[in-house]
Amino acid sequence: MRAFWSRFRQNRGAVIGLIILAIVIICAIAAPFLFPRSPWSMVQRPFLPPFEMDGLPLGTDALGRDVLSGLFHGARVSLLVGLVSTVVALAIGIPIGALAGYYGGLVDDALMRFTEFFQTIPSFALAIVLLAIFQPTLAYVILAIAIVSWPPVARLVRGEVLSLRNREFVEAATLSGQSNLRIILRQVLPNALPPIIVLASLMVATAILLESSLSFLGLGDPNVMSWGYMIGAARTVLRTAWWLSFIPGIAILLTVLALNLIGEGLNDALNPRLRKRTS
Amino acid sequence: MLGFIAARLVKAVFILLAILVLNFVLIHAAPGDPAAVMAGEAGAADEKFLQDLRERFGLDQPFTVQLWNYMKGAIQLDLGFSYRQQMPVAELIWDRLPATLLLTATAFVISIVIGVAAGVLAAQTQGTWWDTLISSLALLFYATPLFWVALMASLLFSVVLGWLPGFGYQTIGANYTGIDRVLDIGKHLILPATTLGLFFTAIYMRMTRASMLEVSRLDFVKTARAKGLRNSVIQRRHVLRNALLPVITLAGLQAGQIVGGAVLTETVFAWPGIGRLMFEAISQRDYNVILGVFFISAAMVLLFNLITDILYGIVDPRIRLTK
Repeated sequence: MRAFWSRFRQNRGAVIGLIILAIVIICAIAAPFLFPRSPWSMVQRPFLPPFEMDGLPLGTDALGRDVLSGLFHGARVSLLVGLVSTVVALAIGIPIGALAGYYGGLVDDALMRFTEFFQTIPSFALAIVLLAIFQPTLAYVILAIAIVSWPPVARLVRGEVLSLRNREFVEAATLSGQSNLRIILRQVLPNALPPIIVLASLMVATAILLESSLSFLGLGDPNVMSWGYMIGAARTVLRTAWWLSFIPGIAILLTVLALNLIGEGLNDALNPRLRKRTS
Repeated sequence: MLGFIAARLVKAVFILLAILVLNFVLIHAAPGDPAAVMAGEAGAADEKFLQDLRERFGLDQPFTVQLWNYMKGAIQLDLGFSYRQQMPVAELIWDRLPATLLLTATAFVISIVIGVAAGVLAAQTQGTWWDTLISSLALLFYATPLFWVALMASLLFSVVLGWLPGFGYQTIGANYTGIDRVLDIGKHLILPATTLGLFFTAIYMRMTRASMLEVSRLDFVKTARAKGLRNSVIQRRHVLRNALLPVITLAGLQAGQIVGGAVLTETVFAWPGIGRLMFEAISQRDYNVILGVFFISAAMVLLFNLITDILYGIVDPRIRLTK
């Protein structure tokens, strides 16, 4: 662990990413305490520009809602959707990839065709279709994002399992009479963990981008304030109040950038061999 | 080579059929009965109308018969009827498809050309500030939400600077013909295509850079160097050619993303393509249109994939041997 941290720390970008992400997480946690009032409630006249009134540093939107409050509450939604949808995607992708890689043959063929199918169809369009047909509640948004983002997990896990399957320690486990399930869970998967962690950190970033795009199109949960929704709602007043679209976009950009930087740092720290090769 | 293409074609057809089944299942999985869903689109919901719909679309027949009828229709490019627009869905899509093809193909080309060029430059100037600049830009573009950068670009280049049109496909009422019309459309195309391609430009930059550096270390490059070949020849003929292989694979995989991204770009720039059509259909809950666009965009992705597969087969003969 200490070795991991010292390698991670050497990547300056990753440390900056970690700091940004920490700030976003603090905002998300602090939102209900700093802004106990609903981010949907009207607090002042509409279109109050930033830095003009004490207590409303970022001004108000077209309906007189506090932009800063929306930003804080939006951080909760972005992080929640990013994290949970990634967990769900891992829960779909890991078993499929592990089974395909471990058993090979027909099982592999069938599962990989299935994965390929989902990888081929345009994922954003599928997410739109799913949310247009089912009600866009937070749960469905998370599910739709998970459904379109699990295939890379399955492919990665399959590859890792394939390369681990014939190693001595797995053979030893087989000889000692352990069941297949136990071997996969206890021997193979733990060794495949580092690349999965790296991929997962990047997936959280992609999921946040996806969520914001869907909310922008009006396919987010209508009851939660999100950054994508804020931009979508401000789109029609772009000419007169550009900052209403600009500010939430910066929030998305910084959060996604932070997660990508962390992902790279994790990659460097968890796969030291790879780093030597490419630097 | 022919066998290789045939195998890919068969696979593409199977995927298309599977998407049709998925479409069918989705409309039936929607909460409420499909007749009500369709009636909702039409904006009416009295019982007699529902019954008419059920009979007309055979909704009282067994599931498998319905599926069969649906597939038969779809293969003949009958994608249902849009009650909102009072037009067959296939016709609606057909009208708008050229605009989307133009937009996505341009975005695709822009992102590959700029991405590969910048990636090569970064790899050759590794460690200098050029490399730092390009790599940082790639990181930034990669994290930027597509719809937001589209909005900001239209604000900056169209509203503030007034350099480029930020709206539509051509100047309304200008009635240009010939070369003027082409130039006019081209001008309208710059902002949507560049912003749509931005994310992918970033991917190609990073991928090309990494791939170039990776290949440069291989033995055959050392051999070429030992033979006394000039560096520019080595870079172009030996390194770049091999480094481009993973980039081509990636290009095929990204095609789907570009088509999906078109919904956002077309929405922001009022580009009259199928993405914009889908956006309008979302707010109207026009399911037949949504599913139709989904099906056609999947078909487009398969086509792009097929092209990159064939390209790959030409560039790298080894691939043809591994099915």
